[in-house]
Amino acid sequence: MYRTRILDHLVLVLGALFLTLPVVVALMTSTHEAATIHSKGLMLSPGGHFVETYETVLTRQGGFTGQVTGARMMMNSFILGIGFALGKITLSMLAAYAIVYFRFRFATLAFWVIFTTLLLPLEVRIMPSYEVMSGLGLINTYTGLIVPLLASATGTFYFRQFFKSVPEELLEAARIDGAGPFKFFIDVLVPLSKTMAAAIFIIMFVYGWNQYLWPMLMTTDERFFTLMRGIKQILQVWIGSQIPDYNEAFALAVLAMLPPVLIVVVFQSWFIKGLTESDK
Amino acid sequence: MATIEIDKVSKIYHGGVPAVSEVDIAIDDGEFIVLVGPSGCGKSTLLRMVAGLETISSGTVRIGGRVVNDVEPADRDIAMVFQNYALYPHMTVRENLAYGLKNRRTPKPEIETRVAEAARMLELGPYLDRKPRALSGGQRQRVAMGRAIVRQPSAFLFDEPLSNLDAKLRVSMRGEIKRLQRRVGTTSLYVTHDQLEAMTLADRLVVLNGGRIEQVGRPLDVYHAPASTFVASFIGSPAMNLVQGELHGSRLAIGPALIDLGQAVPTQGPVTVGFRAEDLQVAAIATSGNASIGEGILPLRVDYVEELGSQRLVHGVVGDQAVTVALSSDAPLSGEMPVAIAIGRLHFFDAGTGRRLAWSGSEPHRTATAAGRLENVR
Repeated sequence: MYRTRILDHLVLVLGALFLTLPVVVALMTSTHEAATIHSKGLMLSPGGHFVETYETVLTRQGGFTGQVTGARMMMNSFILGIGFALGKITLSMLAAYAIVYFRFRFATLAFWVIFTTLLLPLEVRIMPSYEVMSGLGLINTYTGLIVPLLASATGTFYFRQFFKSVPEELLEAARIDGAGPFKFFIDVLVPLSKTMAAAIFIIMFVYGWNQYLWPMLMTTDERFFTLMRGIKQILQVWIGSQIPDYNEAFALAVLAMLPPVLIVVVFQSWFIKGLTESDK
Repeated sequence: MATIEIDKVSKIYHGGVPAVSEVDIAIDDGEFIVLVGPSGCGKSTLLRMVAGLETISSGTVRIGGRVVNDVEPADRDIAMVFQNYALYPHMTVRENLAYGLKNRRTPKPEIETRVAEAARMLELGPYLDRKPRALSGGQRQRVAMGRAIVRQPSAFLFDEPLSNLDAKLRVSMRGEIKRLQRRVGTTSLYVTHDQLEAMTLADRLVVLNGGRIEQVGRPLDVYHAPASTFVASFIGSPAMNLVQGELHGSRLAIGPALIDLGQAVPTQGPVTVGFRAEDLQVAAIATSGNASIGEGILPLRVDYVEELGSQRLVHGVVGDQAVTVALSSDAPLSGEMPVAIAIGRLHFFDAGTGRRLAWSGSEPHRTATAAGRLENVR
């Protein structure tokens, strides 16, 4: 049997430090005053201003119009993240259902067309997408923020592979049991895909939460700002000799990191189940 | 409860390959019919056409007198048991049983009584709130059967339902299926590749080969009077010995052996001769040279012996043709042993087509009494 030696632990400790230190530094730095940070740089020891900094960040009316708070931005991020993830799951499940279970012309072609869009990130079609959204008057709305991002080749692909692995007899048994296409989808496929959907939800939520470019284009009204935009806003105050609120920027960054971490921690058993085992 | 008529039914897949050609079967009300054949013989395809899971290329299927060619599976009033059970993994046993009834808008109290009834019949009571995952293979199989029973359909369709079980369980489930079918009296169509399962379950067997019917008949009729060399080699274990022989007048030559049939023979010249391993006996030494009346002697050179406990299978050659003999486990063995066969137990098949040739010397078999016994069991 292999015995763990000191060197192994050393490698592990170094790796862990390497990955966590930036987060620790951000957290520690955010508890100091902006002036301290400006003169001393990044901090590794806790400062004494944790509560007040975070309270200011979350509740102070800020921004250009003075209407937006950190809490509000956080809510916007949540709406974007959850709407994005749920929408993607719904849409890609329906698309995969059509591709796998219905024999229509060019089904394979349709799938490969969807699949090739995997290669094209949002940035490629960002101008036309913006054009369409502004034409529809959807700028500064949640709809405009979420809907154009929903079509998902990755999700469709995952669900297609999953549906293909569902035994054919299940469909046949359901047909004999008198379940039509809709009933089969709702009563059999959706419950079977639960763990799979949970795994995709986590990935997509984090992805949606971290969106930056698209919200930046779509929102000019500060009430629709997401956290990702908000952080940058704070650092844009180089007016005269004012010191930027480094502490607040770091605090926002830490706050922005929290929900995805929480979601992964809470759902991780589902996540692993969804990726490794199939409930058949 | 209903009759099923399969009338000149064919299935031709894209590319023109026929999987089933012009099959006719008439199934009586309450009858248990087993479709048996090697894999790829079209038996599952035929069953799936009756179920409505496969389209019918030509011909008609009638269930209870109604043509169902274009009727959805759910509306054919049938229930099917699948090889891999096809239970809904996310539903409890109770929900699995009730799902078909729920979709049919059966009133709730009715569903409950029927599920309870099926659970009692199949001894599933303690497992009603479990998921299929937490059940053993045999229990899952019973749930699959329960799902068919609660529907009270006019016909059960079984698609190799026991293939996924281990040998011991298969035997007990076989008995259970038979018992259950007798009890509810529902017309059943059962597909299997296992001839033993077919023999033990069927009221009538349908032996299929290459998409065509080779023979239809009661198990013992098929066993004792196979209609072709295919049926002869497929039904019965060990398989019937089939050797090439030559008929001259009333004398039959098999390799070095000459047998005097002593009566009219069905043909002349080359012929395929069949005889069951258990119809052969060790010939008494005294008579080994010249056979007694109504008996043929074959000189057997023994290759190897399989001990089965209750009997031993002796594999050897007569001339250069393989022959298997089933002997009682205390029978004496030697390297060269003459074996005797009653002439009445010989079967003749056309050397070219493999079809059975009727001949007057053939012994009437004991189906009548056996079938009588079966009636009593019912």
